[in-house]
Amino acid sequence: MASEAETRQVAASTRAGWLLSTPALVLLAFGAIGPLLIVVVYSFLLPGKYGNVEWGFSLDAWRGILFTRDIFDDTLVLADAHLSIFWRSVKLSTLTTLFTFAVGFPTAWFIATRPQKQRAFWLFLITIPFWTNLLIRTFAINEIIRSEGLLNTLLLWLGVIDRPLEIIYTDFAVFVGMTYVYLPLMVLPLFAAIDRFDMRLLEAGYDLYASRWQVLRRIILPIVKPGIIAGSILVFVPALGAYVTPRILGGGKQMMIGNFIELQFGQGRNWPLGASLSVTLLVIVTAALLVYVRFANRDREVNHG
Amino acid sequence: MTAATQSMIEARHTVKAFGQGDHIVRALDDVSITINKGEFFTLLGPSGCGKTTLLRLIAGFEMPTAGHILLDGVDITDLPPNRRPVNTVFQSYALFPHLTVAQNIGFGLEMQGRPRAEVAKTTAEMLALVKLEPMANRKTSQLSGGQQQRVALARALAPKPKVLLLDEPLSALDLKLRKEMQVELKRLQQETGITFVFVTHDQEEALTMSDRIGVMSAGKLQQVGSPKDIYTRPVNRFVASFIGETNFLPATPVAGGLQLGCGAVVEGLTTAKPSVTLTIRPEQIRITPADDAGAIPATVTSLVYFGTDTHCHMALSDGAEVVVRVQSPASGEAGVRTGDSVGLRFQPAAAQVLED
Amino acid sequence: MADRGFSVSRLPGFTPTAMLVFVALYLPILMLVAFSFNAGKSVASFEGFTLQWFVKAWANDHVKDATLRSLVIAVVAASVATVVATAAALGTTRRKAFKGQTFIYVVINQPLMVPEIVTAVALLIFFAQIKVLTGYQGLGYLVTAHAAFCIPFAYLPIRARLEGMDLTLESAAADLYASPWQTFRFVTLPLLLPGMIAGFMLAFVTSLDDVVITLFVKSAGQDTLPTYMLGQIRRQITTEVYAISTVLLGLTVVLLTAFFLLTRKKD
Repeated sequence: MASEAETRQVAASTRAGWLLSTPALVLLAFGAIGPLLIVVVYSFLLPGKYGNVEWGFSLDAWRGILFTRDIFDDTLVLADAHLSIFWRSVKLSTLTTLFTFAVGFPTAWFIATRPQKQRAFWLFLITIPFWTNLLIRTFAINEIIRSEGLLNTLLLWLGVIDRPLEIIYTDFAVFVGMTYVYLPLMVLPLFAAIDRFDMRLLEAGYDLYASRWQVLRRIILPIVKPGIIAGSILVFVPALGAYVTPRILGGGKQMMIGNFIELQFGQGRNWPLGASLSVTLLVIVTAALLVYVRFANRDREVNHG
Repeated sequence: MTAATQSMIEARHTVKAFGQGDHIVRALDDVSITINKGEFFTLLGPSGCGKTTLLRLIAGFEMPTAGHILLDGVDITDLPPNRRPVNTVFQSYALFPHLTVAQNIGFGLEMQGRPRAEVAKTTAEMLALVKLEPMANRKTSQLSGGQQQRVALARALAPKPKVLLLDEPLSALDLKLRKEMQVELKRLQQETGITFVFVTHDQEEALTMSDRIGVMSAGKLQQVGSPKDIYTRPVNRFVASFIGETNFLPATPVAGGLQLGCGAVVEGLTTAKPSVTLTIRPEQIRITPADDAGAIPATVTSLVYFGTDTHCHMALSDGAEVVVRVQSPASGEAGVRTGDSVGLRFQPAAAQVLED
Repeated sequence: MADRGFSVSRLPGFTPTAMLVFVALYLPILMLVAFSFNAGKSVASFEGFTLQWFVKAWANDHVKDATLRSLVIAVVAASVATVVATAAALGTTRRKAFKGQTFIYVVINQPLMVPEIVTAVALLIFFAQIKVLTGYQGLGYLVTAHAAFCIPFAYLPIRARLEGMDLTLESAAADLYASPWQTFRFVTLPLLLPGMIAGFMLAFVTSLDDVVITLFVKSAGQDTLPTYMLGQIRRQITTEVYAISTVLLGLTVVLLTAFFLLTRKKD
């Protein structure tokens, strides 16, 4: 039951909405989304001898994610090297997420409980590293932990150790580096959630005999959960697909999925495998995002009673 | 003068529905109204009654679902707001924050493509009219609430519209400023002669400022009339209770008048309905001694002191409650006290029969 | 502290942890900056203040070349992204929800959700085909890729600004005889401008910082500053790279400060 004029108004508004969005959509279609579809196609093709592909249907690339052909008898065997790369990626991303939360939550809490005027300043301090080139931050952490780096120099000088710790080019180095570069991604959404938190609830909690630990466990954490999930996703997703940090701090040996994908387009010369790995990574990330959306929506419903 | 030239705005069977499917809300439900040239017309009603929707339809911000809007005899239903010689004073003022006071006031004239000299001249006149000459080059954010209000008025008056629409323009001001602005608005309306359509939920504001009032509720126009009409002759229960305080007493027709629940008969009033409600304002009732034979017997249940006035809550013999407003007794004088038995009297003409 | 009362919001160990986090966040960066001024070559000790690494970096033709390329790409990509993001923001905010609005929103924010390495691989494959088909090898590929992933960064502050803008201002303009175009030109656009500048700056910084996508999309000899710096790591990080990092860091801080001042809410 709408008059003609009203219907016309709505139609015009819809048309304008699409029309105004078109340039952005076209640019994204060419510069981001369209190519993703081609990746899917490439994952079903055969590798070319000198890179690129040969046009023939094959499931080799998908098989190649987990299996490799034995050189001698041509049977499929589990590719241990691949598995260890996946395992390292998942392990390091998970550890990074957990650790950034462990230190990021107190930091976000600290910022959110500052007086209003100081808050912007502390937040700004988190934002600067966030926007600083990832490469620069990785260089910086590299300088701290490498063999002749600051940490070893300091420890040697203090006499704590008598030869340099071999941190660089280990899983631990990649973990430290990722924690360092992705920490702001955890703190910012946590801050946003805590900032909305009504501090009077704490008074109510203490009034009802809760200890500090109980207040944290039973009041604060459940209420800021959407922020925790958002922060975890924001750290986990780029960590899983990390390329620069493991390349510099892992030294090419401690590869993660990102480096492994790149390898297929470089020395590996197996574009279809690179494509199937990319699709796999994309699927994992999308699944994580869907879980997030699910959680976020459910919490919203709960909050609105 | 014919009726056509006398009316400035005419809304004919306007309907405005929002939402779709099962969630259609009729913000305006077949409203027809005529607003005369040069009058101060107020749309009064509680929030959500449709008064602002009607205003937005006249301004052109919304399209009616059905019906027509006429301005000075011309159908403007399909005209966009920028082609209607009607201006609005918004509830939030909606002053452009990136422009100065003078630029805000001159905006409408500039958009109409008037010559620069004329824009400057009219802007100066308007600044004088609202007494804001020293503020001409300030940013609007540097003004007080009352000053912003006057800029919004000047901006809407500058293009000399046929109608000025005011959407609860005083609601953001504190009480003292609001009283001042009420006087100011009335002055501006009389000086300019422009038709004002004023939307408010404040019944006192409506009564003191308007030439005529349209009372709205639930998307429908309940009653249109002068402030005195609306107050003394409400046509239904809603109008009676929304404007001022009043008593409602159920009554049934008997020979020679209407009989109240307590048995007393109010003479001279008639109705065709089997049962009605009698409404009588608290200040229309007089308290007489308990032995007054013709009066309605009542008992004082409580007294509420309001300074100059005191509200006496009474119970009639059938338990019905009546409030009587009396002047607070002078010091030393004893008034009625809780528990007293008294008589109540009022002129039958002061009561109004409500048939809904 | 004078305040010895029971603070409800204080949790044990939180403040020291936060302090450690801030130190840990800034110590490495500040070390890097400090050593870009170090006269000695070793990171292990500070041997006096010098600007020689900045001079050396600037004298290096590769650096000059890469800097120029980075700036050109960032300016063009951020400008394009800002313009299309503004249009999209105007199209997707402040009107009745229309069919496909969520779809548009998801597409625009897609670069934020897909791992960079996946987009990089996709663009490598896609542009490889186009290069074969057209023979074009220029900067267009990098600019297109950068503009695309910059769109959400430009879009978000512009959208936020639009959503915070009082809709009645536009009604007021229309009421005062402004045509839709005049309303846009004299009311919407001036009010939107700070959001657009903020969006441009975020897009600019994002483009300037990109490593992974650039690495995959660039043709030979199309190094940007970050890919040049990454290339240097194989040959031991030189202090020259620190100097470049310091300059980039300075630029980021300046742009961010400006961004904060622009988007700051008035009290």
